[in-house]
Amino acid sequence: MLGYIIRRILVMIPTLLVISALVFAIIELPPGDYFESHINELKAQGEDVDLKRIEYLRAEYGFDKPLIERYFYWVVGMLHGDFGYSFEFELPVSEVVGDRIWLTILLSFVTIIFTWIVAFPIGIYSATHQYSWGDYGLTFLGLLGLATPNFLLALIFLYFANIWFGTSIGGLMDGEFINQPMSWAKFKSVLEHLWVPVLIIGTAGTAAMIRRLRANLLDELQKQYVITAKAKGLAPFKALVKYPLRMALNFFIADIGGILPAIISGAEVVAIVMSLETTGPLLINALQSQDMYLAGSFLMFLATLTVIGVLVSDIALAVLDPRIRLQGGSTK
Amino acid sequence: MTAGSPLPEPGAPLGHYVSTKPFDARSIEQLTPAQEKVYLASQWRLSWWKFKRHKVAVVCGVFLLAVYVSILICEFLAPFALDTRHKRYIFAPPQSIHLFHDGKFVGPFIYGVKLKVNLENMQRLYPTDTRKIYPIKFFCKGDKYKFWGLFKADRHLFCAQRKAPMFLLGTDRLGRDVLSRIIYGARISMTVGLIGVALSFSLGIVIGGIAGYYGGLTDMVVQRMIEVLQSLPAIPLWLALAAIMPVTWSPITIYFAITLILGLLDWTGLARAVRSKLLALREEDYVTAAQLMGAKTSRIIGRHLVPGFMSHLIATATISIPTMILGETALSFLGLGLRPPITSWGVLLAEAQNINVVALYPWLMLPVVPVILVILAYNFLGDGLRDAADPYK
Repeated sequence: MLGYIIRRILVMIPTLLVISALVFAIIELPPGDYFESHINELKAQGEDVDLKRIEYLRAEYGFDKPLIERYFYWVVGMLHGDFGYSFEFELPVSEVVGDRIWLTILLSFVTIIFTWIVAFPIGIYSATHQYSWGDYGLTFLGLLGLATPNFLLALIFLYFANIWFGTSIGGLMDGEFINQPMSWAKFKSVLEHLWVPVLIIGTAGTAAMIRRLRANLLDELQKQYVITAKAKGLAPFKALVKYPLRMALNFFIADIGGILPAIISGAEVVAIVMSLETTGPLLINALQSQDMYLAGSFLMFLATLTVIGVLVSDIALAVLDPRIRLQGGSTK
Repeated sequence: MTAGSPLPEPGAPLGHYVSTKPFDARSIEQLTPAQEKVYLASQWRLSWWKFKRHKVAVVCGVFLLAVYVSILICEFLAPFALDTRHKRYIFAPPQSIHLFHDGKFVGPFIYGVKLKVNLENMQRLYPTDTRKIYPIKFFCKGDKYKFWGLFKADRHLFCAQRKAPMFLLGTDRLGRDVLSRIIYGARISMTVGLIGVALSFSLGIVIGGIAGYYGGLTDMVVQRMIEVLQSLPAIPLWLALAAIMPVTWSPITIYFAITLILGLLDWTGLARAVRSKLLALREEDYVTAAQLMGAKTSRIIGRHLVPGFMSHLIATATISIPTMILGETALSFLGLGLRPPITSWGVLLAEAQNINVVALYPWLMLPVVPVILVILAYNFLGDGLRDAADPYK
């Protein structure tokens, strides 16, 4: 088991390296850099440009060095916990990001738990009551959830919250807690606001998971051992839970790897629409103002989050299924 | 031999008649013409029959076809031109079509509306004036346009009188008709997915084909590459790629760049499908048979393998089109994708980004409806195609 985990973590390293190269390429692609657009902006406003300071910053962050070297500095810096410097905020990236990262993690984590809790019973119901009205209704609802983009759902929610309750449901906490240190009251306020974005982001993932759980459980229920068990008089509940469900559960856990990128994607866009205090709005801001270290760190962070999520789901899968930890591969 | 034996004595004449005509073994298992049609049908024909049985998918296919046809004639379908501004009807709410006036049937008509400004909060109000009725005209003259850029025309499918323009879905902040803009927006939104899928389709077939055919190290590198790309959250990556496009680019260049971005990150699913199908089909008996008969590799792949999984690929591609449509909508909605004057559903929705706008003028959210309908239709169509892709199941 330990061997499997170590092997799995070692595989993660090249993956993260490739991702970091990709992210670095993306943030280096735009012509010019932040300083150029910054100088132009200052000049346009008729302000003095402190060229010395900018030259200093350029040298400090190695903008005069070749690409490969800069990439190297960036990666090594990140390993030391130095994510670079946000030129727009004139602060180190790690300070700008602050607890937004934790809120993003919290949001994604709660969304996954929500997805599980909702998808699990519905998936089982749909599979055991195949072609019933309940199954059709839930399937249709699931498809609708799959087809409605998260950010549009967020818009619709905002609209109805406004006409029904007359309040705005944007934000992840009450206004007075923003930029405050973490406290019990702040935590409670976050929890109060959390359910709306969780519901919105969770719909698509839940729908996908219900469909896959239903398909897998149906496959399993049609197998001969289930028929044998039923023929021998095993109670229906036991004939469902004892083996078929456990088999279908594997897919359920493995699915995390599939829906996590979607959840994080959705969380970003929904966060922008609902102005949540997560990484989403900052990311888009950084991208628009070419604040490339900030954007790059965000992308890297989101990618790392998914990679770690997949790792956790793989380890959970290995705990559940002895075939995987013995073969070191995934089940077919 | 006892007397009870069923066999005759050797040499004795047989008790029954045996025809001397040559025997055709197939005559016994003669297929009726109907059966023959099924047994000899090509895979495409079988798939088509199976697809036709999936009623929902057929309906969705017809709906999508209708939307694509509407792209060709959107100038004619839309009651107004894309940028016609009605200064006296800014943020006018949707009007409804009536059939009866004072209990009498008058055919489809609308009531007139008149702008009134509430001076207390400067809100524009459009109270309905039920005294005046304006019947809707069909094939009437309206805004001039150049049909397909070739010849001038001014006919529209339907419109109201010049005195009382009709806004079935309301107007936006510049007094432009939302319905017309949605109809025009379909042009961009519906084609982004197609071009993007064409790109990811070719990338997927080439890369997946190489991986599946050569196997070994190439296969492993491609597999890892796919894993890395699939583990990245798509929308932030799209955002990053969209953000690096220079502002100076023309709208059309941006449109193609967006499709490129959507296609470049989406080929992984298709490549996986190609690879696994190629690996599975390579082991089939008919491939061995072809090899033994001396067929060249190119012939085996082109003539025997590709037709075998082409239907699967088409189904997979269909399912990935909605992702692209959504991607474009999301990018444009956030202001990083297409920009006006290009009009797509995402660009239209960008107007409804603000909660105040949503609360006051909810009809600006209506472009959501075609997005959801098209995506649902593509999903059902894709499901039907996927089932039909394997007609032997």
